[in-house]
Amino acid sequence: MATTTADFETRRHDSFGLRVQHLLHGNPVLGPLAVLVVAIIAFSIVNVRFFSAANLSLVLLQVTVIATLALGQTLIILTAGIDLSAGAIAVFSSILMALFCTDAGMPAPIALLLGFACGTAMGALNGLLVTRIKLPPFIVTLGTLTIFFSLNAVVSNSETVRGADMPGLMTWTGQSIPIGDFRLSYGSIIMLLLFGFFAYALSSTAWGKHVYATGDDVEAARLAGIRTGRVLFSVYTTAGLLYAIAGWILIGRLASASPNVGTEYNLDSITAVVLGGTSLFGGRGGVIGTLIGALIVGVFRNGLQLAGVEVVWQGFAIGLLVLIAVSIDQWIRKVKT
Amino acid sequence: MRQQSKLLAAAGCAVLILAGLSACNRGTGEPVVGLITKTDTNPFFVTMKKGAQQAADEQGVDLQTFAGKVDGDNEAQVQAIENLISFGAKGFLITPNDSKAIVPSIDRAKQADMLVIALDTPVDPPDAVDATFATDNFEAGRLIGEWAKAKFSTGGTQARIAMLDLNPNQVSVDVQRDQGFLEGFGVDIGDPARIGDENDPRIAGHDVTDGNEEGGRTAMENLLQKDPTINLVYTINEPAAAGAYEALKAAGREREVTIVSVDGGCPGVDNVAKGVIGATSMQFPIKMAQLGVEAIAQYAKDGTRPQNTAGKDFVDTGVQLITDDPQAGVEAKDSAWGRQNCWG
Repeated sequence: MATTTADFETRRHDSFGLRVQHLLHGNPVLGPLAVLVVAIIAFSIVNVRFFSAANLSLVLLQVTVIATLALGQTLIILTAGIDLSAGAIAVFSSILMALFCTDAGMPAPIALLLGFACGTAMGALNGLLVTRIKLPPFIVTLGTLTIFFSLNAVVSNSETVRGADMPGLMTWTGQSIPIGDFRLSYGSIIMLLLFGFFAYALSSTAWGKHVYATGDDVEAARLAGIRTGRVLFSVYTTAGLLYAIAGWILIGRLASASPNVGTEYNLDSITAVVLGGTSLFGGRGGVIGTLIGALIVGVFRNGLQLAGVEVVWQGFAIGLLVLIAVSIDQWIRKVKT
Repeated sequence: MRQQSKLLAAAGCAVLILAGLSACNRGTGEPVVGLITKTDTNPFFVTMKKGAQQAADEQGVDLQTFAGKVDGDNEAQVQAIENLISFGAKGFLITPNDSKAIVPSIDRAKQADMLVIALDTPVDPPDAVDATFATDNFEAGRLIGEWAKAKFSTGGTQARIAMLDLNPNQVSVDVQRDQGFLEGFGVDIGDPARIGDENDPRIAGHDVTDGNEEGGRTAMENLLQKDPTINLVYTINEPAAAGAYEALKAAGREREVTIVSVDGGCPGVDNVAKGVIGATSMQFPIKMAQLGVEAIAQYAKDGTRPQNTAGKDFVDTGVQLITDDPQAGVEAKDSAWGRQNCWG
């Protein structure tokens, strides 16, 4: 009883910094959201073109592929893992589904489903190696990253498959619905629906709770009766499917399937997750933060370009943001509860 | 114990396989010629490799090929040179990923009496190699610049130019094409070794593309936001041009905007035929590689070294303007000719 009163007393006299720390600990999304809002306001002041429906819809369009990848990446990072093969799976899946249509002459829906199945299988391979052979995720995905990129080059002959040679369904994700000046692409809609679905699944299903528990402390989760191996496997497999969907969205964006894009997608997706407040050490964060993280990168790239900042400095700014984000994460973790 | 013997067996198998693989690559007795490209995946280098293999078969030399993992991977190229030195190669062709950082390795190869030829991209300083076989990239840019100038002067519209470059590193190929285009178009280029130092009001802005579709699309989108009146787009290569076209199409402006590019890849030439790209400068990677292999085979035979093209400090492997919209005073071939001579 006495301790409770004392706690209450100290809490009331907390410094501003401590209160912010507690607030962020309870709501990991607030930090990234604040950065996004401040960035949008700042860039709107610098260049009037920035805050227009057309430009904002452009930012959403530009982050769609990375955000979809980062969604899968978030699931894995929540389990204290990391996926270096995210971009490789997406690009390889996009090439496979394109080739299923063109070289193998399959109807588009079948090629698409088969492409999703291939991406899922690639994710499952990562999952098997992590759960069965018990290799660290970093090493597993480092290996599969190299394998998938090289198979990608072999299968595609390093040649781009043109959208014109594919059935319309393959490039459908690139079309958009105009809402005034705001142009919402089908790819972005798919991405947003996926984020909504996984936000719900993580917060309100047993599976979601198991993912957080496994990421927070795998041994404790196992002792609590959670089949952590299955949880991990499901996370890697689901991520594979999400990457394949990102591959489909990529085909729409480029109006082609190109084997030579995406070499930086792996790191870009991790950047979005980290900026979104999901902890690289697992168990803390969420997908809404990741969407905001991806938007932060998009807003900075677009805003700095409109402000006339040289490209070299754009990378500098985003790198700096990542360092600040990780520092804040460390600071929040030290919160006294 | 059983675990250990299994591991040993596995390790033994791996060693045997590696030994077998390396045995396949050695000991034909023919002079070894190396080809080191920037990457394995870019169709330009894939084509270059094909051309080199053809020439190697004709010349009776043993071609060993190497590549960086990604554009910019110097480490892998340094290792490739070390391998070639240990193979006792007569010489090699290299498309440097890092023009300066590769020079010490090239020096070591030359001490081992190898003939070193830079392909496509010069090294810095250029005389670190015995010869450079390359496209005149400034000329490639100048041709599309001249074509665009002629097109805009007949059209009578004021140009608003978007410059879609490669990356922020001021790579020589990037600089030369960019500056060549601007000079051809009649813009005062300032320092010819720097992108972006000109202050001509006709230039709407520069952005980088990494030379692929995704980068081209994003860069074009951003520049259109900056200046929606853009009507002329220079692109470092044809994949970037294809990406830029998608952005223009999304903005509904593809018919009012002229895109020019450099490369002469088959997908790019198709895009010229379809009107996506107004004009492109074609390069000849097969010829580059063939001439290079022939030069080293010649050197292996009698020690002759290649001679530069008259008036230039490299061996010019040629460049050809391809367009279906010819302009008076600018020599060009059409996309049908381009189709027969394209690469990739």
